[in-house]
Amino acid sequence: MAVLKKKKDKALPAMNTSALPDIVFMLLFFFMVATVMREVDLKVAVNKPQATEIQKLERKSLVTYIYAGAPRQKYQDKFGKSPRIQLNDSFATLDDVQAFVISERETKSEEERPLMTMSIKADRTVKMGLISDIKLQLRKAQALKINYSSLQPKNVDALYSSEN
Amino acid sequence: MARNKRAIPEINAGSMADIAFLLLIFYLVTTTMDTDKGINRKLPPFDEELIQDPPPIKERNIFTVLVNSNDQLLVEDEYLEIGQLREKAMEFIDNNGDRSCDYCKGYGMSISSDNPDKAVISLQNDRGTSYGMYVKVQNELIAAYQDLRDEYAESEYGRSYREMDSDEDQDIIKEIKTSYPQKISEAEPLNIGG
Repeated sequence: MAVLKKKKDKALPAMNTSALPDIVFMLLFFFMVATVMREVDLKVAVNKPQATEIQKLERKSLVTYIYAGAPRQKYQDKFGKSPRIQLNDSFATLDDVQAFVISERETKSEEERPLMTMSIKADRTVKMGLISDIKLQLRKAQALKINYSSLQPKNVDALYSSEN
Repeated sequence: MARNKRAIPEINAGSMADIAFLLLIFYLVTTTMDTDKGINRKLPPFDEELIQDPPPIKERNIFTVLVNSNDQLLVEDEYLEIGQLREKAMEFIDNNGDRSCDYCKGYGMSISSDNPDKAVISLQNDRGTSYGMYVKVQNELIAAYQDLRDEYAESEYGRSYREMDSDEDQDIIKEIKTSYPQKISEAEPLNIGG
């Protein structure tokens, strides 16, 4: 009997799972490569406003970001606390916006240029004066498609409360 | 010999999968696939010389929304809370004062808009208005249009406008958009401060 059992054991080996790590590694690499950690080093604090009628930004390669908000803690000694604009990785002034848009446009191919979208990522406490100035610069630079980056509120009623 | 072989088994690679899974889950959790969402808008082109005589628009066809530097709303000369704005805007757009719009359900008041095509929402804010408030107001105004389009789509096509697919239902969306064209005009911000 014992002999028979041994034979049976040999006849039914464990399922070969040696390929499993390969598959998982493949997935892992996919995720490591696909998730672009392209996010620039944010130098301004951005707490996005909330909205419900939001649309997804398609084709990220055609989106250019403009950040606006108060400088983060570690930059406050140098740049103060009043809201500033950030383009790419550095602080900028209003005059830089036009040149920035034009140089960004240069990097896109001819047929894609009209589809370029400017995404304004601004803190909800920023005053509209600054945003209007940015908008005027964008209009001057002929970048008319814009997107006010916002978050879907978890609780819609919170949108109508007087705070935030 | 055979015994010897048995004594040195292969390195157990079973836990390799576990390690890889661990890493995989770490990446899955940490990399926020930063889904960028926001309100899409189109800016008017910049013209050095402003249009001298803008075509006159009747007062009744303009729905003025003012936001001051304290983030308070003044809608049609009336103080309003943000929660009431959508309803007011919908009433205005859907008013159908000249009875030319057969799908409108408005009250047909003589002080409100003629029809959705003529209705214009004029938004003006102060330079001191907060961006958060501005986005909220924009959101409510867009939502007013979306709600009306939704209602229209439900009655005409039996489905929701918001759920339509931009590729498949191109023609329907176009038709709905012409029924309720979105006309939000933004004036240069005031600088009263406060």
